Amino acid sequence: MITVFEPVRFCTLLFSMSLLIQPASTMAESKLPVENAVLTAAPQVPPPITRDHAVKMVVNLETIEKVGMLSDGVEYTYWTFGGTVPGSFIRVRVGDSIEFHLNNHPSSKMPHNIDLHAVTGPGGGAASSFTAPGHSSQFSFKALNPGLYVYHCATAPVGMHIANGMYGLILVEPEGGLPKVDKEFYVMQSEFYTKGGYGAEGLQPFDMAKAITEIPDYVVFNGAVGAMTGDNAITAEVGDTVRMFVGNGGPNLVSSFHVIGEIFDSVYIEGGSAINHNVQTTLVPAGGSAMVEFKVEVPGTLIVVDHSIFRTFNKGALGMLKVNGKEDLLVYSGKQHDTVYLPEGGGIQTISESGPAPIEARDKKERILFGQRIYEQNCQACHQEKGQGIPGAFPPLAGSDYLLSKPERAIGVLLKGLSGKITVNGTDYNGVMPAVSLSDEKIANVLTYVLNSWNNNGGEIMPKQVAGERGKH
Amino acid sequence: MASLCIGVLLQYSSIDAHAEDDMVVIPKGHYTPLFKSDDGVKTIAVESFYIDKYPVTNSQFHAFTKQHTKWDKAAIKPVFSDSNYLKHFSDDVMGDIAAQPVTNVSWFAAKAYCRSVNKRLPTTSEWEYVAKASQNLADGSKEPEYKQQILEWYSRPNTVTLPNVHETQANYWQVYGMHGVVWELVSDFNTALVTGESRGDTQLDKQLFCGAGAASSVDPGDYAAFMRYAMRSSYSAHYTIESLGFRCASDVKEIR
Repeated sequence: MITVFEPVRFCTLLFSMSLLIQPASTMAESKLPVENAVLTAAPQVPPPITRDHAVKMVVNLETIEKVGMLSDGVEYTYWTFGGTVPGSFIRVRVGDSIEFHLNNHPSSKMPHNIDLHAVTGPGGGAASSFTAPGHSSQFSFKALNPGLYVYHCATAPVGMHIANGMYGLILVEPEGGLPKVDKEFYVMQSEFYTKGGYGAEGLQPFDMAKAITEIPDYVVFNGAVGAMTGDNAITAEVGDTVRMFVGNGGPNLVSSFHVIGEIFDSVYIEGGSAINHNVQTTLVPAGGSAMVEFKVEVPGTLIVVDHSIFRTFNKGALGMLKVNGKEDLLVYSGKQHDTVYLPEGGGIQTISESGPAPIEARDKKERILFGQRIYEQNCQACHQEKGQGIPGAFPPLAGSDYLLSKPERAIGVLLKGLSGKITVNGTDYNGVMPAVSLSDEKIANVLTYVLNSWNNNGGEIMPKQVAGERGKH
Repeated sequence: MASLCIGVLLQYSSIDAHAEDDMVVIPKGHYTPLFKSDDGVKTIAVESFYIDKYPVTNSQFHAFTKQHTKWDKAAIKPVFSDSNYLKHFSDDVMGDIAAQPVTNVSWFAAKAYCRSVNKRLPTTSEWEYVAKASQNLADGSKEPEYKQQILEWYSRPNTVTLPNVHETQANYWQVYGMHGVVWELVSDFNTALVTGESRGDTQLDKQLFCGAGAASSVDPGDYAAFMRYAMRSSYSAHYTIESLGFRCASDVKEIR
């Protein structure tokens, strides 16, 4: 038999469903003052709560499905809370009674709901907020526990709703609030599974197989590659104390959250009340959070990463915090020296001299001839075939006043290397030339070749001179 | 509520429809629902039936409302529809939308339409049985690309204009536009909530949320089926949605 419509059961269901809808006026919280929640998109955070009493906080959040840019030239149909990924940041205080309105836009293809981890109750509000396209649902809850909580859509298939961008953060401030800081930011990590690989252009559909095997194409902060870099970077001034509300929407990966060049002075572990100090990297679980605080002491760009590091360099998990202000060289000096490192003994690179004994040059002509081969093997890569060098990087040897005014100096340069600023033909060079490991004979030959090539003014360096110079070091 | 139930009882009847050109016959077979029953995986036998080749169009539905004026946009009673009923109809001018699938209709209105042409809405089992077919196979789940193709509908922007029903994809049964066009109403759309067993009934809609849904499903990888079940659970009989339409079915007594 075909299963067909049973009228009696249908009536029972209609009746029982009507009982499930609770009249809002029965709430004992009706005497509380009413406030409308300020909602912000990442990286902005609503202002800190300064009141010392509970209120009835009315939250109006819209679910809407819209196309956005996942990366340059890559579009994705995001499912969103409040039109952004991550969804709007909600800020309440412990003890507040929250009247939550979930409004599903008429253009939505999907029903949606919300599971707030800040809710104490079955489903975190999911069942009570299940909303068809073009409808609104209302439910209320009391914020019993302070902390930073993830919220997300929990409509089947849950993984896909989350993978498409349906998550955000709700902060329940403790009584008395959080310690005052200068800057607060909202940073949420998540990953995307697309049919095309990383960077494949056009509108990319969700890839179910990749999501199930947990191999994302994108791991990003605040919903897109570059959402927190370049012109979108977050900023602070030297001396500011910065607090980041860090969430991880997942759906699958755990974040090794790290800011390159900073140490977290305080971490509210997993967004709860336990505080750890002096932390380099903190784990943020999928569907979890952390609050990190640090004082920025020096100017520069701090890089926000998931230190599961291939995600940063190959999948997009990179953000920037630009710190403006005055240098403090005691805290961080910048690069003070760059010198040639010459290890003693066996550490130095040597060219094997074993095999038949090298033929010694019998005259200047042979010296030049042999020297040419040595030049081609050891010098030409930088100083170039005609000794012309590379402007701005490697000084010329052809017509070089530095070389020709004092040819013997070149022996020391080859033996010891040379670093730091020199001026050649009026141009400054500030590079490094490593020492070469060549015999006295070969150094004599190559220098003689250089002195007699490219219209240089000649001369000859003898192996004895090299040996004498080597003895000085 | 009581009078509504009587009304529903009176309206319900099984009609033997004729095989018409705009319908195809589906031979009897089996369908495996997404959700397990208490005794494990359940296969439902589906008897042979007729189903419309195409979703009902705007012009067809418009003609129906002119003939049965209580279903007209201006006349419909609030108990049978919410305020968005036929909101895309303006001044009886169909224009470009004439051959597009009708949406913004309530379950009550869809049911009345089908009855007006001596048909009925398909059951969930019937609809899913037909929807299981890919372009080339009666059971599309054997084609690895099939589920992914269905999922890609949800990745397309929802601002795109609906296609004319004749331009949609035909499946193995020569039924058009089962996927990737609109959601479709079925007669028993809300029975996914009702398990017919007390333990299940107390759980009601939580089955579809988070872990609970996955634990009881036959194929947790069938995201498209999850979405259809979730969608059916989300609306009530008087809701109208701009991505929700329908097609009709009818019984057959004999198969030649």
